[in-house]
Amino acid sequence: MEETIRFSLNGKKTELRIDPSQTLLWVLRNNLGLTGTKFGCGTGFCGACTILVNNEPVRSCSISVGDVAGKKIVTIEGLEKKGKLHPVQKAFIEHDALQCGYCTPGMIMTVTGLLIKNPSPTHQEIIDGLENSYCRCSAHVRIIEAVKTAALEMRGGK
Amino acid sequence: MKEKESYTSVSSGKTERSGMKRRSFVQLLGGGIFIFFTPWRSLDLLAAPAEQARSLPKDYNAFLHIAEDGTVTCYTGKIEMGQGIITSLAMEMAEELNVPFEKVKMVMGDTDLCPYDQGTWGSMSTRSFGPRMRAAAAEARGVLVGMASAQMGVPASQLEVRDGIILDTKNPKNKVTYGQLAKGKKIEKFLDDKPVPEDFSKFTYVGKSLKRSDAYLKVTGKAKYCGDMRLPGMVYARILRPPSHGAKLISADVSGAEKIAGVSVVRDGDFIAVISGNHDEADEAIVKIKADYSFDEMKVSDKTLPEFMLKADSRVNVVRTSGDLEAGRQLCDKVIESEYHDPYLAHASIEPHTALAYLDNGKMIVYAATQAPFGLQDGIVRELGLARENVRVITPFVGGGFGGKGAYQQGIEAARLAKLTGKPVMLAWTRDEEFFYDTFHPAGVVKINSGSDKSGKIQMWDYHVYFSGTRGSDTIYDIPNAKTTSYSEKDTSPVHPFGTGAWRAPNNNTNTFARESQIDIMASAAGIDPLEFRLKNLKDEKMIACLKAVAEKFGYIAGKSPSGSGIGVACGTDAGTWVAHMAEIKVDKVTGKIKVLRIACAQDMGLCVNPEGALMQMEGCITMGLGYTLTEEIHFEGGNIQDRGFDSYDIPKFSWVPKLDCIILDRSDKAPQGGGEPAIIAIGAIVANAIYDATGARLYTMPFTPERVLEALKKV
Repeated sequence: MEETIRFSLNGKKTELRIDPSQTLLWVLRNNLGLTGTKFGCGTGFCGACTILVNNEPVRSCSISVGDVAGKKIVTIEGLEKKGKLHPVQKAFIEHDALQCGYCTPGMIMTVTGLLIKNPSPTHQEIIDGLENSYCRCSAHVRIIEAVKTAALEMRGGK
Repeated sequence: MKEKESYTSVSSGKTERSGMKRRSFVQLLGGGIFIFFTPWRSLDLLAAPAEQARSLPKDYNAFLHIAEDGTVTCYTGKIEMGQGIITSLAMEMAEELNVPFEKVKMVMGDTDLCPYDQGTWGSMSTRSFGPRMRAAAAEARGVLVGMASAQMGVPASQLEVRDGIILDTKNPKNKVTYGQLAKGKKIEKFLDDKPVPEDFSKFTYVGKSLKRSDAYLKVTGKAKYCGDMRLPGMVYARILRPPSHGAKLISADVSGAEKIAGVSVVRDGDFIAVISGNHDEADEAIVKIKADYSFDEMKVSDKTLPEFMLKADSRVNVVRTSGDLEAGRQLCDKVIESEYHDPYLAHASIEPHTALAYLDNGKMIVYAATQAPFGLQDGIVRELGLARENVRVITPFVGGGFGGKGAYQQGIEAARLAKLTGKPVMLAWTRDEEFFYDTFHPAGVVKINSGSDKSGKIQMWDYHVYFSGTRGSDTIYDIPNAKTTSYSEKDTSPVHPFGTGAWRAPNNNTNTFARESQIDIMASAAGIDPLEFRLKNLKDEKMIACLKAVAEKFGYIAGKSPSGSGIGVACGTDAGTWVAHMAEIKVDKVTGKIKVLRIACAQDMGLCVNPEGALMQMEGCITMGLGYTLTEEIHFEGGNIQDRGFDSYDIPKFSWVPKLDCIILDRSDKAPQGGGEPAIIAIGAIVANAIYDATGARLYTMPFTPERVLEALKKV
């Protein structure tokens, strides 16, 4: 049964008339046209579909659109503000922390969530935070360095 | 150099319904200067089917276009899947044409716009494509300078090119841009296969690290992959799949699926699918189909496979032989007989096989995540009975391939569904399908009989590789009496119970693991340090240089193995590149768990076009290699694949990544070689050798799971 679901999406009020049990990933990709969030495994293992829900990294393949009613969602499309890249995005470019780029949006959202919660993560905390985000091209070492650079910039260089 | 149709205008021939003819192709791209060239003459064209005579000149399989706005575009059937050629090939073009890097574009993997290409694999793009593309660019520059000379009334020798502008060195105000020269012209030049000698020291871009040109699109989510394409009326499809390979459909009741509003069932013989405009509904519908199957499977499992392979009927091929094995045996102090096992592996790209197909006025257009757009085009022609000119495959960014997207079944399936329904059909395989229909890295067995004399000189090497292919089976060491024999599948008696194919550095991971483990065993038996033993038996100067370089970087301390410190060394060649690796690991003797602490790698790849890009590939190879070394393995029973997801098929994670030290030897005076695969080949071997060095336990079967490590420890 369709219902009206309201949430904040990349800073904008959004209202959908939709069956609340629909998978959030596909609502984002199809109903809302935000294809930056990727389908990787559909079972919450790989992390390619990660978005922020109330600043927490969440796997959008494993929740429904009804679950985010009244909440604040940020997808990869919401990080760049007025043509200015987010520090995490900049750091990924600077460190060449990607290859095929398919896991990159989910990875960047996971990192962004991690840095919101913990602005000064240790090397081990970065690893723990990203452990279940998969990168088959294996850019891991560069991603870790990118997180450190982004964290520094977000703290204002301190 | 042949010249056809110089300075002719574009004719106004209409695009014919039957396909895009040459004229219309040029129409599509507008005027300008076209330089056709042949990066793949020796490799691809032999393999090109005769019917691939296309709208483009069939003897040339890439071209440059200098457009009227000065943009330089390279059209190639190669694709970008993360390996970075979209950047490195553009760098080489910018270099040779003296244009700003930003003015250079790559159009890749579109069968209507790009000349035929066999596929993107084998680390061929840079080593084969680069030199010929630079020659074509040099030719284009020559044509432009000639035109400028005529137009400006200045001898060509007095002209110089800076950032796409040709200027008179005696009067710099007298100048003309590439774009101005190309305007209103249509020039086609056909370049024969003669790369010009180059002075690498004069390069501006080549040899310097440049950021990936696709990075901005990829960090913002703007990069379009196949699954991101959207068309009006597009539906999602799910296909009914058998529970195991070899199962045959007897009957299917689709009534449950048909009851779901918005879902249609598509049926064509045994091929049954559901489509819906809603992704979730297609997922719900497919599981409502009740199907019965008959089973006629091969009775083999991952456990019985090695024995099955050794007994199986096969095609025997002596790959290489030198000297006399028996005579060599007589010279040996000790002969060592070993048997090595390697399982099936999945590619496990994060982007699944995806395709979007639709009919546009009778022409089948297919967007596909594939390493072989032209192969898919042929496949659709073959399976659907369409005319080749009525099938166009377009390849957006590909989300990882590793060889797995050399197979393109999903593209044929999507096209079939588009033909049956008349709708644009998006098909993305589920992770389960991805594991089930993957063309796995082939499992195999290697048997080696070898021995050295009292001085540690290898005198005999008898190498047998069963069903996992010969790439990397070269002896590499200087051995007077050696033979390599390969056993492969006969068409009449299949051995692999399911599809197999290329997997990053195909076959070489298996062969390097076996060879380099055996070398270590021999070194230990001879009581010689494993590095010294290798150097003693090598004449290959590149290999020696790589080993010495990696030892220095690693801080290697010589000693007999097992030393207890957990150090492993190995080396090999792949795709024209030489690599040597060292690793330090820790073995938990209670749990059997391996922790890899650090890996160093030295690589000789000739001229390195984009050093940062090459380092990225090396790090990726090493990290990915830890997967096949430590955990990755497809378990199966008959045709039933038991690992169908990331829950049981474990790929490398952040916590696994050791400290990495990669060095690229300076060989800028040598032609560039492959970089996307070589550094993965020795990871199994260095870890196996390091386990032995740490504990005295020898692992003969990959991956080195805790169970296998504990088992091996019992035998020490």
